Amino acid sequence: MGEVKKIKNLKEFSTSADRFEGANLLCPGCAHSIIVREVLNATNDDLILASSTGCLEVCTAVYPYTSWDASWIHIGFENGSTAVAGAEAMYQALKKKGRLKQPDRSTKFVAFGGDGASYDIGFQWISGCMERGHDMMYIVLDNEVYANTGGQRSSATPIGASATTSPAGRKSYGEKKNKKDMVAIMAAHNIPYSAQVAPNKWKDMVKKIQHGLNVEGPVFINAMSPCTTEWKFDPKDTMMISDLATDSLVFPLYEIIDGHELNITYRPKHKVPVEEYLAAQGRFKHLFKAEYKHMIKEWQDRVDATWESLQRREEARV
Amino acid sequence: MAEQGWDEFEIGAMLRSFNGEAKDVALTLQEDRDYSSNNSFTASVADWRIKKPVFNKDYCIDCQFCWVYCPDISIISRDKKMIGIDMDHCKGCGICVEVCPTNPKSLLMYSEQTDEEQALAAWPSKDEGEK
Ligand SMILES: Cc1ncc(C[n+]2csc(CCOP(=O)(O)OP(=O)(O)O)c2C)c(N)n1
Ligand code: SF4
Ligand code: SF4
Ligand code: SF4
Ligand SMILES: [Mg+2]
Repeated sequence: MGEVKKIKNLKEFSTSADRFEGANLLCPGCAHSIIVREVLNATNDDLILASSTGCLEVCTAVYPYTSWDASWIHIGFENGSTAVAGAEAMYQALKKKGRLKQPDRSTKFVAFGGDGASYDIGFQWISGCMERGHDMMYIVLDNEVYANTGGQRSSATPIGASATTSPAGRKSYGEKKNKKDMVAIMAAHNIPYSAQVAPNKWKDMVKKIQHGLNVEGPVFINAMSPCTTEWKFDPKDTMMISDLATDSLVFPLYEIIDGHELNITYRPKHKVPVEEYLAAQGRFKHLFKAEYKHMIKEWQDRVDATWESLQRREEARV
Repeated sequence: MAEQGWDEFEIGAMLRSFNGEAKDVALTLQEDRDYSSNNSFTASVADWRIKKPVFNKDYCIDCQFCWVYCPDISIISRDKKMIGIDMDHCKGCGICVEVCPTNPKSLLMYSEQTDEEQALAAWPSKDEGEK
């Protein structure tokens, strides 16, 4: 186990030497890179990284360039998880045989994947990694849509969002299904740590990433990643949208230890109505038409119910 | 290498981020690294910008919100101080301006052509109204 990097406050955090570089091709204002920076800057350990196909991968490995200052691999859409799990298994084998070239260094294994790559396409691969107990962290960059291929719905797309394969129109309010609860599914593998994070809460993020990296065994992180292009908001507003998401409790922040002990890690002082979160994004614009307005109340009720259930689970410790 | 045609790609390419041995990258600041020509650090996206942020250090309180929320590693902070903007990598998103808490703001967006000296000379004063 490596020494945990000391990050008392934002000033101290800002002395980090980034291992993720600019002139990548992510959209201006993309939250993927804000999350990646917060994750990588949370540690000084050596990192073995992988990405599944998706915006992050496509935009940071544009031949002949790489934007990664640590070992990084891409194979396919579905297997960011197993790419890193394979590297980790190799590392453990070499360690056992005493053949590591630098046995004293602390090395961590982290995979990034989009929601499409994680909730849908690479689902069983991640499940396998969690079940086999690899010492690795899997992070979903959850922008609730297949952004890189033009905004198709995924099983992370929330109800009422207009996506290119579930468009809103005269006869439809957009996506019909509610978002899959991926954190619960992953926690059900009884892994030591799973959590939901958001880029605006950098301190909560750093704490969870540091905990996750230092725990032994598989860790699952769902990171909310507002997408200026597909959620349809101005690039300058990425952090404002993130604040609305966490403060309306559309994206509650919590962690689950050993598959059962749930802790809520952020309680907004001023709860924002879900309506404000929806109104700030073009993908929900149609919900404000008379015929779909009932959806807004349903949204609020659903968010309230989820929050209530999280609080009950926190109390019950089961 | 940047000049290579589409059919000259190396299959299963391995790109090196640095020239020679890279040790303790996490403890080495950008200016002390030996970046290879394959590192996107050596490229520029300056021509993406329509607007650019201008920094007025007179009002800055070094809170580092701009540093942590800049998606493009373009806020340069050293020794806990915000010292400038990396104009090769800034895409002009405007996030840094939005999250800057000072009044007046220490960062403001201007059109790409704006003269920085002029922008600084005509910096708005404290906004007494609603913030
Ligand atoms: C097996 C396979 N199917 C489809 C694709 C095409 N594809 C590339 S990226 C992508 C969307 C990625 O969506 P997501 O995982 O949510 O990441 P995001 O781009 O939203 O960050 C798709 C469908 C592919 N590369 N491989
Ligand atoms: S489409 Fe969305 S996720 Fe993809 S690079 Fe642009 S802002 Fe980021
Ligand atoms: S405009 Fe965007 S990319 Fe440029 S420094 Fe500000 S936050 Fe960074
Ligand atoms: S956000 Fe504003 S006040 Fe804070 S460090 Fe940046 S420029 Fe200075
Ligand atoms: Mg996605």
